[in-house]
Amino acid sequence: MTGLAHVRSDFPLLEREINGHRLVYLDSAATTQKPAQVIDAIDDYYRRINANVHRGAYTLAVEATDAYEGGRAKVADFIGAASPNEVVFTRGTTTALNFIAYGWGLSHLSEGDKVVLTIMEHHSNVVPWQLIARHTGCELVYLSLDDDYEVDVADLDRIIDDRVKVIAVSGMSNVTGAMGPVQVLSAAARRVGAIVVVDGAQLVPHSPTDVADLGADFLAFSAHKMLGPTGIGVLWGRPDLLEEMEPTEGGGEMISDVQLYESRWAPVPHKFEAGTPPIAQAVGFGAAVDYLAKIGMHEVQDHERAITEYALAELATVPDLTVYGPRDVSRRGGAVSFQLADIHAHDIATILDQYGVAVRAGHHCAKPLMRHLNVPATARASFYIYNTNEDVDALVAALHESRKVFGLA
Amino acid sequence: MTPLDELYRQTILDHYRNPRRRGALNGPHVHAEGENPSCGDEFFLDLATEDGVVTDVAIGGQGCSISQASGSMMADVIVGKTLDEVRDLARKFKVMMSIEEGDNPVDPERPGSVLGELEALQGVRKFPVRIKCADLAWTTLEDALGQL
Repeated sequence: MTGLAHVRSDFPLLEREINGHRLVYLDSAATTQKPAQVIDAIDDYYRRINANVHRGAYTLAVEATDAYEGGRAKVADFIGAASPNEVVFTRGTTTALNFIAYGWGLSHLSEGDKVVLTIMEHHSNVVPWQLIARHTGCELVYLSLDDDYEVDVADLDRIIDDRVKVIAVSGMSNVTGAMGPVQVLSAAARRVGAIVVVDGAQLVPHSPTDVADLGADFLAFSAHKMLGPTGIGVLWGRPDLLEEMEPTEGGGEMISDVQLYESRWAPVPHKFEAGTPPIAQAVGFGAAVDYLAKIGMHEVQDHERAITEYALAELATVPDLTVYGPRDVSRRGGAVSFQLADIHAHDIATILDQYGVAVRAGHHCAKPLMRHLNVPATARASFYIYNTNEDVDALVAALHESRKVFGLA
Repeated sequence: MTPLDELYRQTILDHYRNPRRRGALNGPHVHAEGENPSCGDEFFLDLATEDGVVTDVAIGGQGCSISQASGSMMADVIVGKTLDEVRDLARKFKVMMSIEEGDNPVDPERPGSVLGELEALQGVRKFPVRIKCADLAWTTLEDALGQL
């Protein structure tokens, strides 16, 4: 058994059987399962506290506000933010990245400016910038990958010139597991006065994150990929940038005064939180980071590296199997994409499901990367704290069965 | 047979690995393209007709074994048929693939008697999320027929 095997019993869903087999859940890069501690926190909030937040003079409203803002304080602490005010709650990573692109990009970018991305980005860190390019006339420039699936920074000095205003990079690829070179890009950005936006959807759940030394000016991530509920995520920003950034959504909760033709915004972070916020989700998110902090993110990372190392070694024993991602587990996370012989990823996912093994198949919202890898789709196994080497064994056994189904063994 | 054996029959794997009529038509034809955005499967179809009869077909695209085998089997079977026969076949195929039991036009006592080789795709019915894979080529065919 691997290091964190004891946590499995905290996850009620992992007790399910699928198609007569023990569930082997290997899709945590898409969303993680939830521990009872998170489910109970949300349940307790709705049973005892539920009310709308802010401006309520009655006891429940005060308690609900404390619960919501308490979730923010926990998340801020988890990422080393200097103040909870640096943490804006959004619907998730995608909304956070759109808020950055629209709220900062629209007012700071114009024709002739460049936004630098990498070809391993998730669509959520590509399409918002395409939309902003359409509005402002700025140019998108892509960094490619080297032979080990890592962002190629060899030519950085030539690419990062004075016209670059934004460098937006994934902290960890949801396809290859490769970690983005945030520190290197951050140093290059400092030289030319550009800002660094980090898509932390995979990074924050799987790696100790301290915004003080990450090198990012903005960081986006989602609760549901780190044991928390769906419907809530974070936009963290440097305080001065959040101050100068425009709100993307207007409505209740985000103003300090509204007149007929103009309004003044509420202070950060509330000026970015229009409408009734995801209150129960913030409570669940707080419980999720409490749970992770109790284990310790270094332990989480060590566990994932051990299981990924085991998985890469075991997958190498399956004939005709190609893994797309770095071999060095110290430079990657636990998302392992692969192709098996001429079996399409969807067929692999269907066959594996018959053995209770849940993997994702498709383009993983990273079509530019799929084109670079020259594959239409990959199958992807991804690991988290509750996975064990036995889960890897079940995956490998089911892959051998897949070869049999397709007449290859 | 296990559900997997029923899904991945030899006929299907053969059509997946050796798709029939792949390519493009040179003469007059209609062209249709279909895709399943959720999974990225693509299917292209060139369809040539003369006097209400399908005279030639060429297919292309990429995707899972079910989507590509279904397209290959379709290309194989519709050449030489009248447009009415093709429309009837497409309708029967889609009914066969719908998961409402009872509507299935296939005769379990006489396998292959109604839809021939296409009946090999019935195993997909046990995998509802994959039905759209089997239907892709036929939806694309209906698009092409609509252009005539």
